Amino acid sequence: MKQNWFYRKSSIRKLWIGGWVLLALSLIAEFFVKLHPHFKLEEIFAFHAWFGFLACVGMVIVARLLGFLIRRKDDYYDM
Amino acid sequence: MICSLMHPGLLLILSGLFIPLFKGTARTVFILIIPLLALASTWSMSPGNSCSIEYLGFELSMIYMDSISRLFITVFALMVFTGSLYCCKQARSIELSAAFIYAGGSISVVLAGDLITLFIFWELMALASTLVIWSTGTESSRRAGMRYIVVHLLGGVILMAGIAAYVQQTGSIEFNAMQADSLATVLILCGFLLNAGAPPLTAWLADAYPETSFSGMVFLSAFTTKTAVYVLLRGFPGTDILIVIGLFMIFYGILYALLENDIRRILAYSIINQVGFMMCGIGIGTEMALNGAAAHAFVHIIYKALMLMSAGSVLYMTGKRKCTDLGGLVQSMPVTAVCGIIGALAISSFPLTSGFVTKSLITQSSIDEHMFWVWLLLQAASAASFLYAGLKFPWFVFFHKDSGLRPDDPPWNMQLGMILFAFLCILLGAFPDLLYAMLPYTVNYAPYTIAHTFTHLQLMFFAGLAFFVMLPYMKSSLTISLDFDWFYRRLGPQLFISFIQTLSQVGQHLAAELGTIRSASALVTRSVSNLSLAFNMRMVLLVFAICLMYILF
Repeated sequence: MKQNWFYRKSSIRKLWIGGWVLLALSLIAEFFVKLHPHFKLEEIFAFHAWFGFLACVGMVIVARLLGFLIRRKDDYYDM
Repeated sequence: MICSLMHPGLLLILSGLFIPLFKGTARTVFILIIPLLALASTWSMSPGNSCSIEYLGFELSMIYMDSISRLFITVFALMVFTGSLYCCKQARSIELSAAFIYAGGSISVVLAGDLITLFIFWELMALASTLVIWSTGTESSRRAGMRYIVVHLLGGVILMAGIAAYVQQTGSIEFNAMQADSLATVLILCGFLLNAGAPPLTAWLADAYPETSFSGMVFLSAFTTKTAVYVLLRGFPGTDILIVIGLFMIFYGILYALLENDIRRILAYSIINQVGFMMCGIGIGTEMALNGAAAHAFVHIIYKALMLMSAGSVLYMTGKRKCTDLGGLVQSMPVTAVCGIIGALAISSFPLTSGFVTKSLITQSSIDEHMFWVWLLLQAASAASFLYAGLKFPWFVFFHKDSGLRPDDPPWNMQLGMILFAFLCILLGAFPDLLYAMLPYTVNYAPYTIAHTFTHLQLMFFAGLAFFVMLPYMKSSLTISLDFDWFYRRLGPQLFISFIQTLSQVGQHLAAELGTIRSASALVTRSVSNLSLAFNMRMVLLVFAICLMYILF
């Protein structure tokens, strides 16, 4: 049986390349788009890119740490 | 009589009672026509008060219509229509019946012109929504429903105490904007907040909703929290504390959703996260922020129902709802996958979807008010929303590892419901003026400026990068996360059991000491082993514990 498009090695490669191209384009485009920063912080180059990235990484780390504290086996309340 | 026929809420409640009388096609036709009639009657109503009745010496006004109430009722009626379409052939009559009464209750709350009418339908909503949970018929839903109703009845008691004190103080039952500066108004605010899923009693939502049937949660997700948003919007605009509570809810939702394994529970946490955005808007309180909160509630109902219909279809076709059991379903359920992804993009406020044009109103209003920290946190939350809902949900269900499951797309009516809402998500995103025209205040805002669209896309793309970089740390596991409900599901019962055990030991000891009536000690021991008594007592203790928490809080 033919594998689904999303699960073929070749298409996964294409998706990755497409993703990296998008990221690169969104950085390069910053040179050509006139932005209207509202706060000082926004004036730093590619603020939204690195801030979005760091916020997400930070959130996953905080969730992991919180997980150590509050995670229980899923039959916890059934016992 | 005429006005009760016109009243869209009462129309739904009454017709809900008749649903079990119909079978097959007749039932389908009936449940599809009624919400359309409610919609038509809403749009034919003129603004202002109507439908007054005398009750206990008060003049109740059942209908107060203005642009805010029209907006909310429109989306509620749309929700009933699409929800009914989604499950018209599959759902049990009892569930549909409860869902109609529940929806009718929330429409009646939205229409209420005074606090007493509001309270009556508020309680009807609590009861009917519990019936939606119980109509699932499983043991876990029975228990979850019991916990759910106790929390909501507590909220009702707090609200009623507030209303009684408010009427005593002001002599008026009219429901207008108020300040949270007296005990009465603070109690009313607490009662409203409880239904919005605010801390500390946040756990009821993610505890109960995922225990319902595949279609029950679609209905539940729409009404309780959004009715709370509506009453807060009307009663407490510009109350600063709502910004803090909103931000708490936003990050609570994100963190718990990141830890969660059950897909419908992920979506339940994301309800709290999204309601947090609306609360921030209400707290900021400018015309633009209030517009944003109202508009966000409108589109949130649509995309959240869409995501839940998608998750519900997966549950209906596979019987599974955990990330660890699912994956690779895009191969055999393309329609469900595409609709789910559109919902996921909308909740992440991706440009050209409905979430983008409404969330931007809220963030822009924080900029206009020079609230730097609020804006920064909202931006971080927007990025993270894409991570946990926009990517986590579709990734673990439709892509990721191949689970080997090959279910088909669900029956045509379920597909049609999803397609309708997916279409609306894109329509409102592409033509925001359709929605902006319905908002309470004039909108002077263009979401699609080059700078805004560009910076938002940058935020999304790099949040996406973070998702794939952090994927190894986001693997789901067979766990649950403890929440505030631990106090009444674990600590309370355990304290109670040890208390009873001590009591019975003392009793036995005393009886033996005195050498008297054996039967007395037997009675005590028997009642300890009597499950229903222990259960009832547990409930009493639970209410007590919650009351105590509220007082301390």
